[in-house]
Formats: sequence, structure tokens, C-alpha cells
Amino acid sequence: MVQFKLPKNSTVRVGKTWPKPEGASNVRKFQIYRWNPDDGENPRVDTYFLDMDKCGPMVLDALIKIKNEIDPTLTFRRSCREGICGSCAMNIDGINTLACIYGMDEIKGDVKIYPLPHMPVVKDLIPDLTHFYAQHASIMPWLETKTNRPAKEWKQSIEDRKKLDGLYECVMCASCSTSCPSYWWNGDRYLGPAALLHAYRWIIDSRDEATGERLDQLEDPFKLYRCHTIMNCSKTCPKGLNPAKAIASIKKMMVERQL
Amino acid sequence: MQYMTDRKRAVGKGSSGSGTEHFWGQAISAVGLLILMPLFALTFGCALGLPYEEAIAYYQRPFPAIIAAMTFVVSMVHFRHGIQVVIEDYSRGVTKKVLVVACTALAYTVLAIGLYGLGRIAF
Repeated sequence: MVQFKLPKNSTVRVGKTWPKPEGASNVRKFQIYRWNPDDGENPRVDTYFLDMDKCGPMVLDALIKIKNEIDPTLTFRRSCREGICGSCAMNIDGINTLACIYGMDEIKGDVKIYPLPHMPVVKDLIPDLTHFYAQHASIMPWLETKTNRPAKEWKQSIEDRKKLDGLYECVMCASCSTSCPSYWWNGDRYLGPAALLHAYRWIIDSRDEATGERLDQLEDPFKLYRCHTIMNCSKTCPKGLNPAKAIASIKKMMVERQL
Repeated sequence: MQYMTDRKRAVGKGSSGSGTEHFWGQAISAVGLLILMPLFALTFGCALGLPYEEAIAYYQRPFPAIIAAMTFVVSMVHFRHGIQVVIEDYSRGVTKKVLVVACTALAYTVLAIGLYGLGRIAF
């Protein structure tokens, strides 16, 4: 059966409370999930205080400030700091989002930061996305053609190119897949919203000649049909995309080729 | 520990080649129930409170009897499809297989009992 409770060694405990900055008037409290695979301890939530007058506006700014000035052992991924690379996806204030484009003014009260839910944790705020990336690779995220390569380029009309809008922007941050209860329970077999959104992006690409094979590959009760239109994916996507709509479109194509 | 590449683990046993029929069947039966349930409630409501002989006579008429029969069939088909999805979501291994078989048997048994009872009244 599905596990509804955390195992004993995963129960989150109260961690260290770091001192408040001296002389600061605009102080904000941060509660951050910590776990180190090397110390054999349970995960804990550490408490930090930051002077917001000396901190940037985004959650990532605060994390970098904590790492630079308070606790250098705090571990998280980040790279572009402008919502393009998808590295800093984490659960902030109960929402899976990108720390670099999530403003602290959007959060009421304390700032609570956890790693993306229901994924194995590598350390602190870093989830293990190995399986997620392998699922993405399995949908063949590239142009498949059978016709001989044209002399110049594969042409695409402006209208056909427009069909890819709202799909190609996905940065594979995994916020959507890790917010999906179906992916939590059956992530080993269900491809999840991100991989399916990418699958649809290639299915409807006018230049791609493997539409049938792509649909054949998804024709499965688990790979595609574990989506129960819960819509958490569309609600949480930090890029404002709609994976649920893409999945519904794949299902529609599946039915159309049978009727 | 299994030495397996990430890609092999993600692909698993590949695509089963089914699923659309189940999805479409559930969608169609849901739409069918949207129409049938109000009609069933209406016809059943008309028979409620009638003396025994009049209630029997009411269900010997074609419209209420056919509506009741269709409601039994469509609701049990919908139940079978739906419960299978719920079981597959939350259970694993042998438990999953046993539960799917048991719930499928339950759906068809309830359907058979319902149709038998209706048949006895109607004929």
C-alpha cells in the first residue's frame, strides 16, 4: 500500500535557531529544512533571522545571504537567478516554485522553505531528480524525421510555430511533477506533467514525423492515464504554463485516433 | 540492489498499448449517468409510497423499467472503471490484483442481481 506516514528516520525535528542580526529593525524569520546524509541524523528545520533592509527582494537572495553570512553549510541549487535554468525549484510557503523569481513580499508571516516534495533528498534543499530527467529523456525530446533532410531547413509556418507557445518555455524545474499527488503515489510509472508537456510539444510540432510512435509510447494506463486532472501542476507552474491542458490534449488525440 | 540504468528504470516494461478504451469508457459512462440518474430518480420517486401492486405495475411499464435497467448497467460499468483506477493508485503488487478482481466481480454481481430483480418485476 501507499505510505501515508514518514518513516521514523525521516520525521522532521526542530533544529538550530541562529541569532538575530544586531541593531536590525526590519527582521524576518526563515524556517529552512536541513538534512545531511553524512551525519545520520533526522531532518530538521533550522531557524534564521535576516535584516530585510540589507537583503534582496527574492527568496533566493535571502538563501544566498544566509549561506554567505550565517551558515555556509546550507545547500541548495541555483544558477541563472532569473527563472530560466530551473535549478532553484523548491517548496516555498507551501508552493513549489523557483526561489529566484518568488518575491518575499508574496509571503505572509515566516518564510518556510523545504525541498520539492516527495522526492529523495540529496542534501538540504536539493532533491534527487535522476528519475525525473530519465523520464524526460524517455519521451524523445528531439525532432524525429524520416523524410530526407531538406537542403536548407525544416520549414514551419507561423501558425504551426504558434502552437508551441506555452509549451517550449518549460524549464524542467520539476515544480509541477512534484506537486502532483498522482506523481507522488506512482512516480515510478507515471511520467508526470513535465515529461507529458514536453511529449505534447513534440507531438504537435508540424515538422516531427513520429507522432504515431510518440502516441503509441504513451498509450498506457500509468504513463499517461494516471493524470486525474487534479490541476496542481498548472496552479504551481512558476512559468505560468498549463501542463494539465497539454495532457488533456494528448488524451484527446488518443481518443481521436480510435474513433 | 539492482544495477540498472536510470533510463531503463524510467522506461520500465514499456507501453502496455492500452488505456484509452478505459479512459473513454469511463468518460462516456459518466456522461450517460448525468442523463440517466435524474431520470432514474424521477421514475423511482414516482413509485415511492405506492401500494405494492401499483409499484409492481409501474415497473412493468417499459419506460421506468428500461431507465432502471440502463442505470444499473451504466453505473456498474462506471463503478468498475473508477474503482480500478482508485485501486491502481493506492495499492501495490498482489493486493492490487486481488482487489481489482474482487471489485470487478462485485460490480458484475450487483449488476446481475439488479437486472434479475427488475426482470422478475417486469415480466
